[in-house]
Order: sequence, then structure tokens, then C-alpha cells
Amino acid sequence: MLEKIVFKDKLDGLLDKLGREYGLFAPVKDGIHTVWTAVFKAGDLDWNFTNTDLSPKGFLFPQTECMLVFENDPGSTEGMILKQPEPEDRPKALFNIRPCDAKAFAVLDLVFEQDPEKPDVYWKEKRGKTLLLGLACNNPCPACFCTSVNCGPHHTDGLDILMQDLGDRLLLTPVSPRAEGFISDLDHASEKDIKLASELEQKAVGMIKGRVNMENIQAGSIIDVFEHSAWERLHESCINCGTCTFYCPTCHCFDIQDETSGVYGRRVRNWDTCMSPLFTLHASGHNPRGGKLARFRQRFMHKFKYMPFRLKGALGCVGCGRCTQKCPVNIDVRHVVNKINNN
Amino acid sequence: MQELIKQIRDSARQLLEEGKVHCVIGYRQGSIPMRAQPYFAYTPEEADNLTWSCFCTHNLAKYLIGRKEPSAIVAQGCVTRNIAGLIQENQVKRENIFILGLNSPGMIDHRRVQARLPGKIIHEVLEVSDHLVISGPGFEEKFLKRDVKRDNCYTCTNRNPVIYDQLIGEKGEETGGGNIDKVAAPWEGLGSDERWKRFQETFKECIRCYACRDACPLCYCRECFVDESRPQWCGKTVDESDVYAFHILRAFHCAGRCTDCGACESACPVGIKMRRLTSKIEKDIREMYGFTPGLDTEAIPPLSVYRPDDSEEFMRK
Repeated sequence: MLEKIVFKDKLDGLLDKLGREYGLFAPVKDGIHTVWTAVFKAGDLDWNFTNTDLSPKGFLFPQTECMLVFENDPGSTEGMILKQPEPEDRPKALFNIRPCDAKAFAVLDLVFEQDPEKPDVYWKEKRGKTLLLGLACNNPCPACFCTSVNCGPHHTDGLDILMQDLGDRLLLTPVSPRAEGFISDLDHASEKDIKLASELEQKAVGMIKGRVNMENIQAGSIIDVFEHSAWERLHESCINCGTCTFYCPTCHCFDIQDETSGVYGRRVRNWDTCMSPLFTLHASGHNPRGGKLARFRQRFMHKFKYMPFRLKGALGCVGCGRCTQKCPVNIDVRHVVNKINNN
Repeated sequence: MQELIKQIRDSARQLLEEGKVHCVIGYRQGSIPMRAQPYFAYTPEEADNLTWSCFCTHNLAKYLIGRKEPSAIVAQGCVTRNIAGLIQENQVKRENIFILGLNSPGMIDHRRVQARLPGKIIHEVLEVSDHLVISGPGFEEKFLKRDVKRDNCYTCTNRNPVIYDQLIGEKGEETGGGNIDKVAAPWEGLGSDERWKRFQETFKECIRCYACRDACPLCYCRECFVDESRPQWCGKTVDESDVYAFHILRAFHCAGRCTDCGACESACPVGIKMRRLTSKIEKDIREMYGFTPGLDTEAIPPLSVYRPDDSEEFMRK
């Protein structure tokens, strides 16, 4: 039996142990927002949050990330000098990450490490060092639909440890081998607690009323879905801002820029968004996705058609509901997918 | 509210049945609590999807830009002011639009509601006369609407439509009751260091999604300065200098045109109070030029013209 039990007010031992190797971060309320915050002791943790406003993807894929710094002084005999930026000082442990966000990391692994010979080194380096201790959802919010998209409120994909909240105590299940050492000295969980956790999972699953259906999207040809007549009406209210893409835990497009000042410079990559015309603007002036409809469609096609097509069925959506909650004009991903699924 | 919804639907249905307009732009019920979605009704049947509530925070005027077919639009006070501005700036033809004008009840800031219910998951919010009834797992609360309105709705100067073709309901209170000149420039009395500090605090969380710009009915440049790449005026990072450059420049681009509709703040996913910049600029415009945007389809905004007798006080300092 692998499951362990720990009382919430006795978590300091585990946090101390983790803190020796990792910088600890957890969702903490800041006014009406819930944000990823550095934590040090059990008292810093919040047990009454739905999910963080911004997903944790920025830990592994920062919105602005320096890839290299350079110096190009014509007066110097050194020539053009390229240097790696200073690496992060400590690996991080994300405590109380929600299962949907951990699943999103698993999805992004498929993207950034799809070719094991040529992984995205910036992602891989941080991903390999980051420990994910997930907190299962007992109270999903009205915008959630994780159960429709290969995920669930107590799922373990991407996690190192799953923690299920039993009120005054947590049931811990190791998922990856590297997690076991941290919880090996905790008490074994009772059959009763394991049963209680399983009941909480069933209850949480039952609370998720939102559903998306994708059979026809998956069965149909790319061109049929692309040319679906419903896009015309669905895109109308979209204002083409980048909110959905930036809040999405799986959106991962970026733009690379060189910034220079005199002989010094740096290469940075920044989150980019397919909602922006600039995203696809060619140097010639031609824009293959020049219209709003095309840009709106792209985001959903990418998540629900192109990614599954290229990544062995993996969806680019984990059902966290952030896009729906944050969209300035209430475009609901569930509505969009269900409409496109209707032939 | 139900009576207003019925009138909007009846008028929209009639306009569509008679073929007077190709489309009626309004709002429909949102998919999650405290949201209304911009909606385009093309058939008499679709008119029944239109609704009206105190969650209609998005400014619909922007959807008129570029529409070739005649369109009707549901528009409260600030939205009609933006329509007037768009007519003046030759973005919209007056004869091409039919305005279903109505008094604004003052819109709700859903963040303010959530802030009063920390940690609670809101499943339903109903409007019951001057209250909101908010419920979720294990709780039900009742708030006065006037306690949870958007900042700009407290200081609204034109709740009634400024221009319209048909009035929905009746005209009501003209103002939100607050004095815009008293709150428009919260940093005015501060020294420059303190002002800079407040400015940094206000904008530091920006993620540059541009929801403020894209929601704004003034921001219709075919290519925004932040998207220009040859030359690139503004960096792409979330470093302070790039974030601040965007917000300062955008605010100045809106000077003398902003109606304080609050769409930018409502759209912002982070909850940034960008009106602290724009409302100060509009106060300056009122004081220096005696101009209030969007009240007259003929009035040219002061920063769109050059006049030898322009106020130049700032240059003499």
C-alpha cells in the first residue's frame, strides 16, 4: 500500500524536507486573485481556492525568457560573444497544483519534447527539475469540464504526488519514483481514508456539469472541420485579444526577438498569441490568417484537431475553464466545441 | 428589467421582419454567472435571444466599425457617446445604423461581487430589482447593486442615450451620482516619485493580452503601434519599460475621445485600473479645452485639430 496520510497542521515536516532541495510555491489568495506565491510553512498554504488565475505554465515557460545574451563589439578582438543566461538558482516544487494544470504540463511535454533528440532545452531543463505535488479538486467551478478532455478532478497525469483533501488531513499517493523519498516516513493511510478519497473523487466528477463532445470533430477530416459553417457565427463577438491564449495552461506559441543596446544584446522569447494578426504576418506584407474568423478558428483547430492529429490523440485542452472565465466577451470553449461537433 | 428585455426583443424582431436592418447587435445571456455576451441577431427568431442586464459591460459600439449592411444596436448612454464619436471620426455612417437607446442601470463589477465572497464558488447570480441574489454550494447572499458597481458607473455623466432612433423603456437618472472631477485624477496631488510608484503598482501585473485595447471602441487603428514591426516601436516583453510604454501611449491616443465607458477595465483579466490614466487625461481635456467627447456627432475632438490659439500652458512652465 503506497498511500500515506498527513494532517494539514503537521505538514511542516514535509515542507521542510522539500524546502531543503526546492523553492516551494503554492496558490495563495491575493485579494480576489489566487496567485502562485513562495511558501515556507504549513500556515502559508491556502486550502480554500478553486485554481490560480494564471496557470503555472510560466514556471517552465516564462512569458518573457532570456535565451542568450550577446556582445558584438567591433573594436574587440573577441569577436561576437554568445553566452547562456545565468541558470535559475534552485529547482522549484509546485505544491497544491491542480490536476488539470499538471495534465497541461504532460501535454506540453509532448510538444516541447516531441523529438527526444531535439527537445526544447529551455522547457526540458526546468521541467526535469520541477516537482509537482497536486491537490485534487473537490469543488470544481462552473466553467470546468476536465472530465470531457482526458482529465479529471483527481487525475494524476504529470504529477509526482497526488494529494487528496480529506478535511483536516491529506491522503498522499506517490505517482513518480522521485516523490517517494519525501513521503516515505509518513504514516500509512487507512482503508477508510482511501475509501473516503475515492468517494470525494466520485462526488467531484458528478459536480462537473459542463461537457464537450468531440466525436464528429475527431472523426471528420481536417478540411471538413475547418470549413464548418458554424465558425462564422461563433467568431462574431471575439475581439481578438490574447486573454484566452495567455491564461490557457497549454497554449505555448512564442515569438523570438533580439533586443540590443549598443554592443550588448539579448535574445528573448515571449508568449505570442494566434489571436493577433502580427502572429502570422509575413515580411512581404501578406497575412495568411488576415481575418478574425481565421484567427479565432485556428485556436480551436489547433487544440481539438491539429494537436490530436500530430500528437497521438492528445488534446490541447485540459478543461480548466480559464479561457471561459477570463474572456472579455464570454466566449465559452464548451459552446464552441459542441457547435463545431454538430454536423 | 423584464419589460426592457421584452421591448428590446420586440423592436429587434420588428426591425428584422421589416428588413430595415440586416442585424441587431445586442447582448445575450452569458454562459457563466455575471456575464452577458455580445450577440448578433439576424432573424426575427434570433431576436428572442437578446437580453439586457446589469452585466452588459462590453461596449458594443466597436462592432459597428466596418459593417456594410444597415445594423441596429442596443446602446446605453456611454455606448451612444462612442457611436457619436465613431460617426464624427468617419468610422460609422449615421444613416447606416439604428440605435435602440436605453438608460443604463449602472453595470456590475463582477470582481467586486467575488471580493465580498472570498473563497466562495458562485454558481448563480440573479437580479432582483435593486439587489443581486448570489448563490453557490452552501451559501446565498444578497447585495445591493449600488454597492458593487463598476467605478466608472458611479461617476457616469450620461446614463441616458445621447443619440438614438428608438428609446427602449424610459429615460432615467442622468448621472451615476458621483463627481468625476473629484475622483478622475487620484494621483494629481502626489509628488512625482510617489506618482511613479502608484503608476508602477497599478500596471505591474499587466500580461499584455491587449484586451483593454481590443475592447476599446476608440482603438480601431488598422495596425496598432505595438503591432508595428517596421520599425518596432515597443518591445514585446513583460518587462516594466515595455508594459508602461504600451499603457502610456495607448492612453494618450485616446485623449479627448474617451467616454469613460469602462470597457477596458471590465475586459482586463488582471483587474488593472487603467482609468487612473485615461480619466486624468479626460479631466485635463475638460479643463483645458472645455470639451467632453461623444456628445455631438459634429464636434471635432480638440487633439484632432490644430488651432493657433490652443491652450499651451504646459509649454510655458
